Amino acid sequence: MTTLAFAILLMASLAGYALNRRAATGIRDGGARLHSVSNYHGLYALLLMLVPVIVVILIWLVLQGPVVNAMVMSALPAGTMDGLDTGQVDLILAEIRSISGGRIFGKPDPWKLAAAEHLADLRQLAALSLVLLTALLCLAIMCFARQKVTAEFRARQAVERIISGLMIFCSVVAIFTTVGIVTSLAFETYEFLRLVPLSEFLFGLNWEPQIPIRADQIAAAGAFGWIPVILGTIVITLVAIVIAVPIGLLSAIYLFEFAPKRIRAVAKPLLEILAGVPTVVYGFFAILVVAPAIRSFGASMGISVAPNTALAAGSVMGIMLVPFISSFADDALSAVPRAMRDGALALGATRAEMVLNVLFPAAIPGIVGGALLAVSRAIGETMIVVMAAGLMANLTLNPLESVTTVTVQIVTLLIGDTSFDNPKTLAAFALGMMLFLVTLVINIFALRIVRKYREAYD
Amino acid sequence: MTDILSGSLPQTTMDKVRGSLARRHRKQFILQALGITAISLAFLMLFILFASLISTGHKAFTLTKIKLEVFIDPEEISVERLPRGNFDDVLATALAADLPSVDPNDRAAMRAVGAILSNGAQFDLRDRVVADSALIGQTINISVPVSDPYDQLYKNLIDRTMPESLRRLDDTQIGYYDKLIEIGAITSSLNTGLLTNADSRFPELAGLRGAIIGSFWALLICFLISFPVGIGAAIYLEEFAPKNKLSDFIEVNINNLAAVPSVVFGLLALAVFIGWFGMPRSAPFVGGMTLALMTMPTIIIATRAALKAVPPSIREAALGLGASKQQVVFGHVVPLAMPGILTGTIIGLAQALGETAPLLLIGMNAFITSAPATPFDSATALPTQIFIWADSPERGFVSRTSAAILVLLTFLIMMNAIAIYLRSKFERKW
Repeated sequence: MTTLAFAILLMASLAGYALNRRAATGIRDGGARLHSVSNYHGLYALLLMLVPVIVVILIWLVLQGPVVNAMVMSALPAGTMDGLDTGQVDLILAEIRSISGGRIFGKPDPWKLAAAEHLADLRQLAALSLVLLTALLCLAIMCFARQKVTAEFRARQAVERIISGLMIFCSVVAIFTTVGIVTSLAFETYEFLRLVPLSEFLFGLNWEPQIPIRADQIAAAGAFGWIPVILGTIVITLVAIVIAVPIGLLSAIYLFEFAPKRIRAVAKPLLEILAGVPTVVYGFFAILVVAPAIRSFGASMGISVAPNTALAAGSVMGIMLVPFISSFADDALSAVPRAMRDGALALGATRAEMVLNVLFPAAIPGIVGGALLAVSRAIGETMIVVMAAGLMANLTLNPLESVTTVTVQIVTLLIGDTSFDNPKTLAAFALGMMLFLVTLVINIFALRIVRKYREAYD
Repeated sequence: MTDILSGSLPQTTMDKVRGSLARRHRKQFILQALGITAISLAFLMLFILFASLISTGHKAFTLTKIKLEVFIDPEEISVERLPRGNFDDVLATALAADLPSVDPNDRAAMRAVGAILSNGAQFDLRDRVVADSALIGQTINISVPVSDPYDQLYKNLIDRTMPESLRRLDDTQIGYYDKLIEIGAITSSLNTGLLTNADSRFPELAGLRGAIIGSFWALLICFLISFPVGIGAAIYLEEFAPKNKLSDFIEVNINNLAAVPSVVFGLLALAVFIGWFGMPRSAPFVGGMTLALMTMPTIIIATRAALKAVPPSIREAALGLGASKQQVVFGHVVPLAMPGILTGTIIGLAQALGETAPLLLIGMNAFITSAPATPFDSATALPTQIFIWADSPERGFVSRTSAAILVLLTFLIMMNAIAIYLRSKFERKW
């Protein structure tokens, strides 16, 4: 039915285009001078129809599901929903839905069958009214647009106004996304903070989010202090940065100043490959190769190493960040004016001295900015740590132990079916909020450094 | 030349320079050596990465099969009961005929013999019989996959020297296998099922079809949303937007969005799309929308760079001929910038294809044994399938995971190759 609605819209808008264009051409052939060429009259009808009707259809589709569900649930016999939490209500709804879809398991209660029928009726009705609404709207707009066709009508300006509006809408989507992120995170975090006090979340030294789901289940009571989680994130990030910065920086300096052209032409795209490998592949690489290697190396040194060390996850993350650092360093080095290097060389400095004493200090802000962006990447990186780091929050700074990170906790808390009134789920959103804030601050700071520095030599 | 006259001084400037030259050159040499070491380390890691993936993954591209002469016993399989029937018993009997040491009446031994075959073998046979019921009562030649442990044994992944209790196959089972090898029943062929089967609990049957189609739907939705919106936003910001606080704010916003961790987008999708709008879990449609939000900043940034590269003379010439601002942009600037825009879009989509974390949060890591017919059905995507397989305990999934990664990387390389081709073919230097 939805497809039908879209088909009607498409046909109607094309018809409107043809109709208006034909009418405008008629006026022109009648000897009048059109303000806009007939094509714009056609486009006017097309856009006038397409844009609002699509918006109506989309809003309808978004609202239809929840409204129909609410109507079904409110029509249920009184008392059936008493004392049930959202998870159980969802379960009943899902059962009703599957019954109306023709998949009946066992012998459902008669009221469920009735509700399923009600649901099917409502859906039918909704789909029918959507098609009807679309057709009516299209017809109305078509008539309206057709009336507008006169020699004086400024169709081009009207079309351009619509297109401007569309483009402004497109650019505002970015703001919507940010607003969406902030509101959704803030909303769920607020819910979380009603269950767990802020001071416990920010300063608590224990992170044990496994809480009993049912009353008769035996589990830890649940502790939501994020200090060990963020500490683990810091440890892994540090390992990654300690590996990525020297390797990335040295290779950037080598490629920029010393490498023959041919090597540079090959080496740069090869480094880019490292940047293009999906993180889930790095995660698998960490558990397949790096973690066993570190383990057996540790065993040969007589140190017992946990199977999912911070070192394994961090070093693989470091490899991932090498091209990131090196491309930022390359940008920063090449932004240093040629006069400075020529001056240094003319005074008799060796190339190494020139790089280390002239280029490098001048490029430091750019490099630091790049490194900061790499830090924010490492903090937000998910798949490598989900696969290679641990799940238990450990209050330790030792990279040979198993630690967990913010992103690991978010993913493990949310994988599988979750309901939104559970502190476990909400904790993930609270962690997400912290992650968003921390990376946002680092990003803004880093972008500012990079930009400021770029302007310095212009 | 006081230096020369006062020769009593121990050192001249030139001497000082000469004396330190060796040290300074050594310093330069060390710096170069460090640079070469660093870059070699990076390449070494790249090499190990690919080498390990290929060396474990290539084994999943072949499938170990067993050739059987099957007598389709009318007592076990009758026309009336199709598609039901004891296909597994028929197969086990046929296999036992190749193994003289097995007593057909020993149920435990027969079960062990049946376990040589993959769980999918009976379905292969069933499909053939259902398609042609005249086969009942005849003897046919059929080639069916073996189960995972024997597949591993064939691919030399099981160490025969290990103590029997630690091995996945005991000595009797290895004896069966050796006997079957001896009579040449076991063969190996190209594993097309890797691409044409959907997911399965049995490694030898698991394939990527569902994941590839799921990824395709998600990418299609992602493209349909992010491409028009991204281009619209970029054109507005680059060509039309007045320089005011609002456009500055939008710009800062876009730059920040490009650096927001991907898992945060997953949280957004989970809370807004699934939690508030009630969209289905695990659907490529929702995944595509989430990826679109992440891809948009990339497309916007690339499009703006491409628009900036079009020289102002083009705009001025068109304006001079009386075109309106929009006619200039849509008639001249955008078509000229199109190669750059498309390149940026493809690179953005390639990133989206490899993105995993947001898809995990919206549930695209479910175990689903059929390919999605529409973007609204539950599905996995290639990266999430890799994650599922990497998490699976069965040994057979290790090589499957590597193979799936190789498939994913092939797609990525193809997309990037198209982008590079577009850039080199159509990019104009003004």
